[in-house]
Amino acid sequence: MASNAPDAQSMAKRQQEISVADFFAKNRHMLGFDNTRKALLTAVKEAVDNSLDACEEARILPRIRVEIRKVEGTEDHYVLSVRDNGPGIMKAQIPRVFGKLLYGSKFHRLRMSRGQQGIGISAAGMYGQITTAKPVQITSRPFKSKPAHYYELRMDLKRNEPVILVDDEVDWGDPGTGTKVEITMKATFFRGRQSVDEYLEQTAIANPHAEFSFLAPDNTERIFPRAAKELPPEPVEIQPHPHGIELGIFTRLLHDSPHRSMGVFLTGSFSRVTSQAASQVCKASGIALSAVPADLHPHEAEKLFHALQKAELPPPRTDCLAPIGVEHLLKGMHKELGAEFYSATTRKPSIYRGNPFQIEVGLAWGGKLESDSVARVIRFANRVPLQYQLSACSSTKAVMDVAWKSYGLQQSKGSLPVGPLVIMVHMASVWVPFTNQAKEAIADYDEIRKEFKLALQDAGRKLGTYLKKKQAAASQAKRRNIFNAYIEEVVRAFQQITKEDGSDLREALLETSRKKTELAEKLEAMKHKEAPEEMEGTLVIGEDGQPLVPGAVVASELPPEIDTDTLPEPSEGDLESLVESTTAAPKAKTHRPEGHHEESSAKAVQASLFGDDEA
Amino acid sequence: MSSKKIVRLPTDEKIIQMARHVRVQGLAGEDPRFNVPSRTLANVNFNEVKRIIEMGDGKTAREFFNLGQSKKFMQTMLVAEACKRLVDAGKTNSIRDLYYMTKHTIAGTRENTFDDQAESDPIIEDLEVTLDSLREELHLFASNKGAMVGEITVVDGGDVIDARRMGTGGWSVPSIVEPDVIQFRECEAKFVLLVEKDAMWRRLNEDKFWKKHHCILIHGGGQPPRGVRRLMHRMVHELKLPLYVFVDNDPWGYYIYSVVKQGSISLAYESRRMAIPSAKFIGLSSADVEKFQIPDEVTIRLEDTDIARAKEIMAYPWFTGNKAWQKEIQRMLSSKVKLELEALSAKGITFASDEYLPRKLKEKDFLD
Repeated sequence: MASNAPDAQSMAKRQQEISVADFFAKNRHMLGFDNTRKALLTAVKEAVDNSLDACEEARILPRIRVEIRKVEGTEDHYVLSVRDNGPGIMKAQIPRVFGKLLYGSKFHRLRMSRGQQGIGISAAGMYGQITTAKPVQITSRPFKSKPAHYYELRMDLKRNEPVILVDDEVDWGDPGTGTKVEITMKATFFRGRQSVDEYLEQTAIANPHAEFSFLAPDNTERIFPRAAKELPPEPVEIQPHPHGIELGIFTRLLHDSPHRSMGVFLTGSFSRVTSQAASQVCKASGIALSAVPADLHPHEAEKLFHALQKAELPPPRTDCLAPIGVEHLLKGMHKELGAEFYSATTRKPSIYRGNPFQIEVGLAWGGKLESDSVARVIRFANRVPLQYQLSACSSTKAVMDVAWKSYGLQQSKGSLPVGPLVIMVHMASVWVPFTNQAKEAIADYDEIRKEFKLALQDAGRKLGTYLKKKQAAASQAKRRNIFNAYIEEVVRAFQQITKEDGSDLREALLETSRKKTELAEKLEAMKHKEAPEEMEGTLVIGEDGQPLVPGAVVASELPPEIDTDTLPEPSEGDLESLVESTTAAPKAKTHRPEGHHEESSAKAVQASLFGDDEA
Repeated sequence: MSSKKIVRLPTDEKIIQMARHVRVQGLAGEDPRFNVPSRTLANVNFNEVKRIIEMGDGKTAREFFNLGQSKKFMQTMLVAEACKRLVDAGKTNSIRDLYYMTKHTIAGTRENTFDDQAESDPIIEDLEVTLDSLREELHLFASNKGAMVGEITVVDGGDVIDARRMGTGGWSVPSIVEPDVIQFRECEAKFVLLVEKDAMWRRLNEDKFWKKHHCILIHGGGQPPRGVRRLMHRMVHELKLPLYVFVDNDPWGYYIYSVVKQGSISLAYESRRMAIPSAKFIGLSSADVEKFQIPDEVTIRLEDTDIARAKEIMAYPWFTGNKAWQKEIQRMLSSKVKLELEALSAKGITFASDEYLPRKLKEKDFLD
C-alpha cells in the first residue's frame, strides 16, 4: 500500500465548515440562476414576490414598477430595479434581509406567503455580485415623516454576512412609503416564453388587486392595470398539524421546547390538539402527561410521535389560506387574456400530509387566444407564476388526466387539449411542496393532483356548457338560414302550381321557422349584450370586449370560512347577532384601509365586476 | 290490388291539391309534410298467390322543418311544379330534362336545388307514389335503354316496326310502351329471351339466333328499365309467350331475374304491370361450369360483397321455399366463383348460340 495516502488526521485538516453562501454560490442553479436568461427572471421574481408579500401584509394595494436598463459600455450587464409602495423596511433590518442568505420572517411560520425560505432576494443580490462585482442598492422608506435611507451592500460569501459599503439618506420622490431594490447583474434580456414579460403578465392575472408597470431595456413601457380594489384576505398564521410533521422535526421541537409538561407542549405547539387528545396520546404511548418534553428519551419520543399520528384529530384549520377567489380569477384573466369566455372554480380547502391547501382553476377560451395550438397552461403557487418544468408539475399531469373532449375540446389521449384555451391553475398553501429549491413545479401528491383534477373538471364543465350552448345556437342559426332559403322555393312552387298569392304561406312558414330555431337569436345577442344564460363562476365577453349580462354572476362558491372556535355562543333566537359577529370577526383582526372590505352579496360582486372603470 | 280509389283525379288536379294542403298545414302553424309511401324492403310484401312484390301501406312523413328532410320536401315541390307545367302544356319530357327544369341556385345561397340527376330521379319516384300517378301521367319518360330484335312486328307511335329487319343495333325500346303508343302485330316468336348485357345480345343477333330458334331477343343494358320490363310484361300476357332470362352467374344476375319475375322493391307499386311471375331462369347457372366444362381460368372469385349479397337474395321470401334456388345459390357460395356471360366465348365464338342455349332449351334446363 502506498504510504503517502492521507490519514484521518491529514484529512481532518482539510475539512472545514462550508458557508451557506459559498455553497449556493457554487450551486446557483438550485436557486434558479442557472444561466443569464433565467437569472434575470428569477431576480425579478424574487423582488416582486417580496414586494407583493410586504404590501399585502401591510394591507396596502400594491403598485410595483420594474425597470431593466442595460449598463452602458457593457455587453450583458443590466441594472434591475424593482420599486414598490409597500411598508418599507426598518433601517436596521436591511443589511440582513438583502445581504444574508436564509434570513427572513417566512420560514419559521406556517402562513401562506409567496416567498417561503428567505433565500430569494439575497441570492439575486449575490448572483449580481458574483457576475458584475457590483453591490446591491437598497432604498427604503418606512416612515412618511422621514426621508428614505439608502444602502449599498456587499455580501461576505465566507461568513454569510452583509458588508455595508454606503449608508445614506435620500429623497424618496413620492409622499408614500416603499422599498426599491437595484441589482446589477449579468443577464440576457428577451421576450416571449419564460420571459420577464410573461412573468409580469401572469402575476398580473393572479393578482388583479396589484398594479404593475414595466420599463424594458428598449425603453418600451407596459402597464398592467389594477382590476380589483380589494386586497386578498390576510392569511392567518397557524401551528403545525401533528399529521403533517416528520419524526426528526418532532424530536427537535421536543428538545427545544420550553414547556414544562407534555400536556402543555402538545396543546401549545400543534394545532387541533385538545388537552383531552393530549392525554389520550400520552396514555397510548405510556408517557406521563406531566413529563418534561426536553427530557424525553429518543425511543419515547418515537412512541409519542406514532401515537400522535394515530390519534384522531380534526383536520388542520384552513383559514390560513387566502385563495384568489372566483371573482378575482375571472377579473385577472379578463384584463390580461382577451378571451371570449372565462370560467373559474375555487375548491374547498383540503389537506396533504397535514398541510392545508386549496386549489383553484380558471379557464379562458376563444377571443384573441390562438386557436390551433395546444392549450397554454399557466401555473401558480401562492399567486406566484411557475414558468419552468411544466411537465414535472402535478397540475400539468392533472390537466392531462382530464377528458377535455367531453367539454367540447380536442385532445389526444394523455396530452394537453388543443384549442384557443388558457388553463390557469393555482395552489394556495402554507407549505407548497415544490419539486426543487427553485420553486418551479408542484410535487405530485395524490391528494393535490386529485384536487387539481376536480377543479379542472368543474371549470371544464362550465366551459363545455357554454360551448354547447353556443354550438346549439350556431347550428340553429344555420338551420334557420336553410329553412328560410327553402321557404322561398316552396312558396314559389306553390304559386306556380296553384296560381294563388302564397304570401300568407310565406309568412306562416317564416314564423314557424323562427319558432323552431329560437336559439339562433341568442347567438346574435351573444355577440353584443347578452350571455347565453346565468352560470355561476363564468364570464362571457361580447364582441366589443365588454362583459355580457346576465351570464356572469360570480358569487364565490365558498361561504366565508367561519372560525367557530372564536365565535361567541349565539343566544337563543338571536340570529342577527350571529350574522353581525361573523361579518365583524375578520374586520376586527385586520387593519384594512377604509373602503376595501368586500360585500358578500352576489349583486354587489357583479356590480363591482362590471362597474370597474379600470378594467 | 288496392281498388280503393274509384274516382281518379286528373294529375294536374292532384298536384294542386297537394300544394294547397301544404298551405293549410303552413297556415295552421304545423310542420308541412307529405306522406310518402315508403319504397323500402320493410314496406313490401310478397303476394304468395300472385307471386309478385307489392307495396305495403307504410308511409314516411317528409317534413319541411326537419333538417334531414327539408331539402327533399322542397325538391318534391319543385318536381311537382315542373310536372304540372308539362301537364298544362300537354308535353312530355325526359327525366333528364326535368332535372334541368328544376335545377337552379337557391336565392341567397350557393346551393343548388339539385346537384345531379341521381338526386331528382328518386324524387320523381316519390312523387309517383305520393300522387298515385304513373310516370307517363306525370308526362315523364326515361331515356331509351335496351334493344329488341326478333320475329315480331310492332307499331310504335303509328310507325310500323319490323323487328326482323333491325340490323345489328335492333329497335330501341322506348321508356313508355303502353298500348296507346305500342301495339303488337304479326308474331311468329315462340318465346322471349332477355339477355342481361348488350355484348351477348349482339353475339346472338349476329348469329341470327332469333331466326333459328323463333324468338324475340331483348336486352336492358343490365338491370332492365321500366320500358323493357313493361314491354316484356305485355308480350308475355298479350302474346302468351314464355320469357327466359339469360344473365351473368353472379348475385347481380340473380337479382335481375328476381326483379323481372317478382318486381323490385323500390318500384313495388309498378309490380302489377311489370312483374312476370312466369319468367324462367335459363342461365348462367352455377351448375354450368361443370355441365359445360367451362375452364377455371374464366371464373372470377366472389368478393365479400358478392357473398353478402348472395346470402341476402337467398333469404328473399320468394326464394326461401324454393329448393332449386337454394341449391343454385348455395352452389355458387361453396364454389366461391362467379361467371360472366362472355365467359362462354372461351369455349368458342358462337358457343352460346350454337351449343349452350340450344342445349338448355332442349333439356328445358330452367330454374323457376
